Amino acid sequence: MLQVSIYRYNPDTDSEPYMQDLEVDTGGKDLMVLDVLELIKAQDSSVAYRRSCREGVCGSDGVNMNGKNGLACISPLSTTVKNNKLIVRPLPGLPVVRDLVVDMTLFYAQYEKIQPYLQNDTPAPAIERLQTPAEREKLDGLYECILCACCSTSCPSFWWNPDRFIGPAGLLQAYRFLADSRDTATEDRLANLDDPFSVFRCHGIQNCVAVCPKGLNPTRAIGHIRNMLLQRAT
Amino acid sequence: MVTAVTNFGRSGLYDWLVQRVSGVVLLAYFIFIGAVVVANPDMSYQEWRTTFEPTWVRVFSVAALLSLAAHAWIGLWCTLTDYVTPRMMGAKANLLRGVLTCVCAVALFTYVVWGISIIWGS
Ligand code: SF4
Ligand code: SF4
Repeated sequence: MLQVSIYRYNPDTDSEPYMQDLEVDTGGKDLMVLDVLELIKAQDSSVAYRRSCREGVCGSDGVNMNGKNGLACISPLSTTVKNNKLIVRPLPGLPVVRDLVVDMTLFYAQYEKIQPYLQNDTPAPAIERLQTPAEREKLDGLYECILCACCSTSCPSFWWNPDRFIGPAGLLQAYRFLADSRDTATEDRLANLDDPFSVFRCHGIQNCVAVCPKGLNPTRAIGHIRNMLLQRAT
Repeated sequence: MVTAVTNFGRSGLYDWLVQRVSGVVLLAYFIFIGAVVVANPDMSYQEWRTTFEPTWVRVFSVAALLSLAAHAWIGLWCTLTDYVTPRMMGAKANLLRGVLTCVCAVALFTYVVWGISIIWGS
């Protein structure tokens, strides 16, 4: 029997959050954490969490498992559980709506700030804007982000200033458009990032890199942005 | 809301650059002082004083002192705007942070003036 401790909070009935302990029969199989949550939900249907694709593509089941953020659906018990004990909490730093469901408003507000869409003020060509394979390659490691928020909610700088520091997820996307040969808003984009908080609250702690379920590297993207700001100013 | 009017250079890039450059100056200075101390194990107070006689050592010392002040200011400002904020401690935080910022400013200013008078006086 797997020992599970799960964070519970229902603002309508609970005065404060608490950890609920229960046992789950995994049948000796190396299940994913999401499978365990489903088994728990079969026992107690009041447990709330987000999920959709169950294969690491939609990014909705980001949770904190034994102290580390990740997607429940692609986190096997064999690499997550220590001493037969699984502890599941909501992503840290964001307000809890209920149980494992967090309010992502702050996270999306930062994403919106970096204007996550292609901007080009030159006349549109007849068919499409072309890129060379080398230009296209620059977007690798950037476009794959699924906005699961595992990185930003593991970043202390984002915990302290989620309203002013863009956070690793937003900055990775900011660089995705800065690096795009078809985007012509580079100067505007950089001007919007050159304050003491948006980019420069990153202190290179690299928690973001350690947790990204897609293996992306926001710290490197942040370094590229810093270099672009430096070149712009000199 | 934490405002940015009290940061060093008004731009994140400028602060970041000052932090890096002042760090390099400090490192160079500490290596220099360390080398002086290691090279003269039985240094008397008089010898220690003559180390600081040449003008270039005094200029270097003042540069290190100013770097230390700038470095500390940016670092403390970052720390205060991380932890002493309404998000972390409620509405009184802004007033408290203002007071702490002033304390830091007065302390650093005092150290700089005092330091320069020690290095350059007599
Ligand atoms: S490297 Fe920067 S963005 Fe990533 S966790 Fe650290 S401070 Fe946050
Ligand atoms: S960078 Fe990685 S951890 Fe961060 S939101 Fe994107 S996919 Fe999730």
